[in-house]
Amino acid sequence: MNEGANGAVVVARDVTRRYGEGETAVDALRGVSVDIAPGKATAVMGPSGSGKSTLMHILAGLDKPTSGDVRVAGREITSLGDEELTRLRREHIGFVFQFFNLLPMLTARENILLPLTIAGEKPDEAWLAQLVADVGLGDRLGHRPAELSGGQQQRVAIARALVARPTVLFADEPTGNLDSATGHEILELLRRSVDEYGQTIVMVTHDPRAAAIAHRVLFLADGRIVRELGEADQHTILSVMEEVAAESAPPSS
Amino acid sequence: MTRFAIRAVLGRKLRTALTAIAIVLGVAMISGTYVLTDSIDQAFDRVFSQIRQTSSAVITGKPAFDLSGGSGVAEPTFDESLLERVRELPGVAVAEGSVDSDATQLIGRDGEAIVSGGAPNLGFSIADGESPFNPLTLVEGSWPGPNEVVIDRKTASENGFRVGDVIGVQAEGPVERLRLVGIFEFSSGLSLGGATLAGFDLPTAQRLFGKVGKLDEIALAAKPGVTPEELVAQVEEILPPGTQVKTGQEQAAADASETNEFISFLRTFLLAFAGIALFVGSFVIANSLSITIAQRTREFATLRTIGATSRQVLVSVLVEALVVGAAASVVGLFAGLALARGLFALFDAVGFTLPNTGLVLEPRTVVVAIGAGVLVTVLASVYPGFRATSVPPIAAVREGATLPGEPLDVVRGTWRAVLLVAAGALAGVAAIGTTPGGTIPSIVLALVALAIVLLGCALFPARSLGALIAGGLGFAALVYGLFAPDLGTTRVLLWIGVGVLLVFFGVARVTTRLIPGLAVAVSPAARWAVVILSALVWPFFTLPFWLLRRGAWGPGSGAQRVGALVVGTVLNPVVAVVASTMALRRALTRFEPEWPVELPGVVPELATVAVGRENARRNPQRTASTASALMIGLALVTLVATLAAGIVQTFRGAVDDLWKESDTDYAITAQNNFSPIPIDAAAAAARAPGVVAVMNVRTGQVRVLGKTIFATAVDPTARELITLSWKDGSQEVLASLGADGAFVDDGFADENDLKVGSPLSVTFPDGTTALFRVRGIFEPPTGGSPFGDVTISTTAWDARVENPRNLYSFVAMAGDVTPENTAALEAALADFPNAKAQTREQFIDNQIAGLNAVLNILYVLLALSVVVSLFGIVNTLVLTVFERTREIGMLRAVGMTRRQVRRMIRHESVITALIGAVIGIVLGVVLAVILISRLEFVDFAFPAAQIVVFVLAGVLVGVIAAIFPARRAARLDPLEAIAYE
Repeated sequence: MNEGANGAVVVARDVTRRYGEGETAVDALRGVSVDIAPGKATAVMGPSGSGKSTLMHILAGLDKPTSGDVRVAGREITSLGDEELTRLRREHIGFVFQFFNLLPMLTARENILLPLTIAGEKPDEAWLAQLVADVGLGDRLGHRPAELSGGQQQRVAIARALVARPTVLFADEPTGNLDSATGHEILELLRRSVDEYGQTIVMVTHDPRAAAIAHRVLFLADGRIVRELGEADQHTILSVMEEVAAESAPPSS
Repeated sequence: MTRFAIRAVLGRKLRTALTAIAIVLGVAMISGTYVLTDSIDQAFDRVFSQIRQTSSAVITGKPAFDLSGGSGVAEPTFDESLLERVRELPGVAVAEGSVDSDATQLIGRDGEAIVSGGAPNLGFSIADGESPFNPLTLVEGSWPGPNEVVIDRKTASENGFRVGDVIGVQAEGPVERLRLVGIFEFSSGLSLGGATLAGFDLPTAQRLFGKVGKLDEIALAAKPGVTPEELVAQVEEILPPGTQVKTGQEQAAADASETNEFISFLRTFLLAFAGIALFVGSFVIANSLSITIAQRTREFATLRTIGATSRQVLVSVLVEALVVGAAASVVGLFAGLALARGLFALFDAVGFTLPNTGLVLEPRTVVVAIGAGVLVTVLASVYPGFRATSVPPIAAVREGATLPGEPLDVVRGTWRAVLLVAAGALAGVAAIGTTPGGTIPSIVLALVALAIVLLGCALFPARSLGALIAGGLGFAALVYGLFAPDLGTTRVLLWIGVGVLLVFFGVARVTTRLIPGLAVAVSPAARWAVVILSALVWPFFTLPFWLLRRGAWGPGSGAQRVGALVVGTVLNPVVAVVASTMALRRALTRFEPEWPVELPGVVPELATVAVGRENARRNPQRTASTASALMIGLALVTLVATLAAGIVQTFRGAVDDLWKESDTDYAITAQNNFSPIPIDAAAAAARAPGVVAVMNVRTGQVRVLGKTIFATAVDPTARELITLSWKDGSQEVLASLGADGAFVDDGFADENDLKVGSPLSVTFPDGTTALFRVRGIFEPPTGGSPFGDVTISTTAWDARVENPRNLYSFVAMAGDVTPENTAALEAALADFPNAKAQTREQFIDNQIAGLNAVLNILYVLLALSVVVSLFGIVNTLVLTVFERTREIGMLRAVGMTRRQVRRMIRHESVITALIGAVIGIVLGVVLAVILISRLEFVDFAFPAAQIVVFVLAGVLVGVIAAIFPARRAARLDPLEAIAYE
């Protein structure tokens, strides 16, 4: 399987990640290979300490693997310098965080436009209007994050991640800090961005309902991919989760 | 990114304001200095140009060489017959002669001389009240006739003089009593500061000033059509030797040159202190920004994840600093106007009133003040900015992410910094070494070099060699400036300035490593100092405040509560007012004062103290940086105090040596202890009953071997009244100088290769030259020579100097110091109110008093930088409290009371301040030792009492700085504090 064949936008090959050295070393990833297909949502699940966050950080160029290759949009990223990584992030990567990470002194509109401002680009007003309408923020654009609810803040964050039309959007526990009703709305929003804009999404989550919006669910345990599901409902996902948790023997600590 | 930076500033108003205060104060000092000196400059320019406004040309006596003011010798006069000859010149419309004096003492209604610090007591003749040359307007009465006087309105109103009074006036001779017939002011309403002005008709003035038949100047008005230059040319043809003529404008410029020198000295002096305050401010800013950036880690990381380059992050921090710096500088600029007013008042309060014709704001002031403020802020933000760039994007997803300990890749950073420091140091050496000292380019180049060095050091990681290199370079520059031979004054000051700056920078950085140990070491001292301070205020503040609150809303019976209210109010009525406002707020709003509260003790619990101490230790760089700001101020204060103690001790020693085995019982000087006074005063004292001998010392400028120097003249009685240490010669020399004898100090003798028997040609201000022979060479005492470089006999002096003046006189009396002798001397001096008789001890104390006045001004000016550093501590604590919100909430949740929270914060604050104080004091003493080792006339003396005061001041700074942050911390609701994300 190579990337040219299936057109994967993010490709990882034999990625390992070791933290620390000597006896205290921890292997967070022990050889992971994965292809992220364009226009699909991929969920990465796994128990705490399974390496799912590390995998996402490495795929997004936030962290470097100890060994292995990572390609984003056809480009090998593990050897890139800070400048080139920054350029890559501008063109190809969007982020949605658990704690929203909005800038408190900027209004919602300014937060959404920030990636373009930073890159020195003019916003496409029509795209912006559509985006704002789609995420449902019509009348809240002039507000500061402190004046918005958690759900609204995450909508701003999603709009910010989508505004530059990134090749891939990474979402890190996007519902982790929201109540279930709001979380559900946010998940729908993410799924719509896949269906309507053809956005590629990689989402790290431990919430089966979040994973249920994905076209594909990867299960990690002890730094390896141990299961994979196609589109599945939350009950199926939950039961696979439980299997995975049972199989991966809890460390002796 | 610019908008982001501006928003970041606006979004943190309190933090920004606290940071900005440091810059506001420094910039205010710069703009205040310029406004003050420009205003004085304008006032003097107006005085002089107004006085000469109507004069086409002015004839004055011409000294053989340039004289500076207050030197004890006056410019030569000329014969009044010149006036008639000038009047006959074809171009002259009006010509008037006049005499003046800068020692025309008016006697107050209480019989005491009217003196105001260093302000002159001016006297002058008013030839004809309606004269075109008269810049004065009568407010009341008439112009003076024979034996009459007119005075300025300010002096009249301040001393209760009215037209018709008879007032005492004393110039060269004894007091004369003259009728006050008029009160005047300058036609423009100008005020001459603290100076007293007295006008007389010409014959009266000539008699009073000892200038009968003589004139000081002739003012000329040209006939229509004759230009000033043509008039000058006509006058020059008949000009006798020893006189000169200038156009009115030239004369005004010449009149102003001396005050201009004074003003430019004052300007440089005050700017130096403004620079210190800004330097301290830069520490405060760098620290505040560092803390703020650490707290914004996630923000910067988020920016990086959405595509910001690290350069963009750096730029955003720099822009933020630029915005804060610019805003603070504008505020500081205007605060400077207020400060200038304050400085006028300050100088007035210490008896040094300055003339004032309104505040002047020059464009240069605006440019320099704002430029300096912005530059310092941006420079200070470079280091925090680089720290911000080291935030990795992954910090956006980390919980509780903190900055990495070292901001830069160490190797790369070190090499850059080494290169920068080396380049800067080389540029500095080249600038100072190759261009002539004192030129603007060399100063600018050296400053640029300094900036490069500082930038290089700023790029060093805190624990690297940077600190040691900066400190070492600093000490090297300091020592080079002090000891290298043949450096000009400007270069010496430049080297010292650069050196001291670098030393401060290095020490500040080294402090980081010492913080953990120092915090533990000073913690008990901090605790007990606070206990003592608390115990002192306990009965006057703590107890009444508690009683009042208990009375207002506490428990207990009505009688108990009323009792508490009464006792509290009696102990401190001010606190009663505070408590009543609290009671009012409690009644009207939802305000719930903290209650019940235990009766506060003064000893903080050990646990609180321990937490406070650990808080001070946990971020050594932050604590060090905060303490360093205070360190600088206290180092300079200690330096000044140590120098002063040395000067005082050495001076005492010198005078004791001088009087050892001598008969001197009393000394006579001017009221202000330093102005030369007319010799008639000492002559009158000599006639007092019981006087055995009087020794006068005259002083003035003469020209010897091509240089203008201060010379002195002494009476033969000196043999008995002082003891000199002779290198060549003996006490006999003092008594046998005669008409052509001289003695010189050994430094002067070495410089000019003089030996006993060498001839010495001396030129006096009137142009006469006389040949003297060296009879002796003496070694002046370390504390300062009682004589000038060359000393001759008073007989020889008086033969060539017009109106000679005494600097001081020593008197020996039968029976030594007794109340009767004192009374007899004072009675003899009754007609010379500007002269005072003192015993030896009083003489020493009075001479030192002048130094104390200077010291007080220095302390006030240095206090500014201490205030800046106080705000630095406030700022750090506020930011720290904000950062530890969750932690403080947890402490409250497990049972820490509000008071304990306050004490915990206070302890951290006092430890920080004490560390700053201790390092500052040690550094100050070290710098003083280095400086004193260069100064020949000062020995080292340890100012123990002052240092105790400085340590206490440090503790006080810590206590005061903690008030606001501690209250904020104590107000945190435990629940909210824990819920805070």
